[in-house]
Amino acid sequence: MLESVLTMFSYPFLIRALIAGVSVALASSLLGTTLVLKRYSMIGDGLSHVSFGCLAVAAALNWAPLALTLPVVSAAAFLLLKLNNNKKIFGDAAIALITCAALAVGVIVISVTTGMNVDVYNYMFGSILSITKTDMIVSVTISSSVILVFVLLFHRIFAVTFDEPFSKATGLKTGAYQTLFALSTAVTIVIGMRLVGALLISGLLIFPPLSAMRVCKTFKSTTIFSAILSVLCFFAGLVLSFLANLPAGATVIVMNAAVFCCLFAFGKLVYLIRKYKSKLRTITKATL
Amino acid sequence: MNKLVECNNLTIAYDKNIVLEKVNFEIYEGEYLCVAGENGSGKSTLIKSILGLKSPSTGSIEFFGFRKNEIGYLPQQTAVQKDFPAGVFEIALSGCLNRSGWRPFYSKEDKLLAKINLELMGVYGLRKRCFCQLSGGEQRRVLLARALCSARKLLVLDEPVSGLDPAAAREFYTTMRYINQNRHMTILMVTHDIDLALHDADRVLYVKGGTAHCSTAEEFRKSEETQKWMGGQNNA
Repeated sequence: MLESVLTMFSYPFLIRALIAGVSVALASSLLGTTLVLKRYSMIGDGLSHVSFGCLAVAAALNWAPLALTLPVVSAAAFLLLKLNNNKKIFGDAAIALITCAALAVGVIVISVTTGMNVDVYNYMFGSILSITKTDMIVSVTISSSVILVFVLLFHRIFAVTFDEPFSKATGLKTGAYQTLFALSTAVTIVIGMRLVGALLISGLLIFPPLSAMRVCKTFKSTTIFSAILSVLCFFAGLVLSFLANLPAGATVIVMNAAVFCCLFAFGKLVYLIRKYKSKLRTITKATL
Repeated sequence: MNKLVECNNLTIAYDKNIVLEKVNFEIYEGEYLCVAGENGSGKSTLIKSILGLKSPSTGSIEFFGFRKNEIGYLPQQTAVQKDFPAGVFEIALSGCLNRSGWRPFYSKEDKLLAKINLELMGVYGLRKRCFCQLSGGEQRRVLLARALCSARKLLVLDEPVSGLDPAAAREFYTTMRYINQNRHMTILMVTHDIDLALHDADRVLYVKGGTAHCSTAEEFRKSEETQKWMGGQNNA
């Protein structure tokens, strides 16, 4: 077992996959905490479909994929976060609208031009093992900047996530943070798509924070634990996919789902034990 | 006394429903100003427009010699979802953000300030707990501590004693008087608890029928309208 893991990392393409994957997993788990807490969980899904549509169009026009995808997805992220704040148009409905429309455009463009080929399959389910050195450098650079922004703005992100009106009233520039946050989410999704695919990227965003929230009490501990879980799940998922010959992106997400289930059960167990103990205490008090 | 905030001809509307029309008043440095009025008269709306959370349709709000990041605010309700992982100390500290400028992390002074204010509100012992596991009254105190951390000149409180029991409410008014007098904090407070408020407040801003006017606490107590309103309240 250990030997085959060691063999695994003698392949340069797997090293590249690991480096790029860990950096993206880390960035997305950090952003995910706020997305989940602000009830924006579906935004990741919506944005990945938008970038799927964009990739199809970029391929048809023979453009560099990132040149078209990054600006369009950023704009979509900004729009979705704004719409979510606007009570008149339902945020979740807006996400559903944009998701479907983008997917439909993507499917039409693909069928008119290239047809369903390997490239399209890769957009949908990721192609972590085929990433080049340039891809890796791009992924690492973008995720490091997202991580850096997140760490520097950590306390402000908490304040705005926890209570936006208070932050705004007391003079924080909530709009600027929101824009920066939308931008970070957009770029993370675009690079993450290359790894786990459009259909699975929102798993990288929302699973680790949701798992961490089962057992953590503070924002800081949730964020740190979620980052650790995300990296561990990615690593474990990649190793398992290699050993069992499974698709890498999907295995990583299944790993995350398994960890979520374990922590969910653990959280419930802790709760029940605490409840039982307090019950016991009242009974003892009553008998005394 | 120096003028801190001046509202000129303020008209505030939700869509096309005018809530307040042609409101004029000032807030002076160091004063204790109460906003009184019936439910739905637009007290909170007025507060929100001063805080920049609701932009007025016409009129202006000017700040003199102080900036928005010197305000502390206690919202009427904070809709925190049930499973939000937020520690009590984290929340109090987040009130210090508006004084940190470009500094990304909290300083020692910030942490000390959060500690002092949590102690003042009597919830320092809960600092390691999760906010969601606290009772309503405890949550209110934590949010007050946060407001105190962010307030340097003006403290805006929207129904601060709702959710506190009578003893805690009295204690709260004593604390506010202390802060007003010893920290020279200007206080703008929305309240229903007019008896206790009149005892401490310098002036009262009475919101009724789509407009608002200011009077000293003494004048307000004597006015016929107040007698009627308070009488009505007592009979109820």
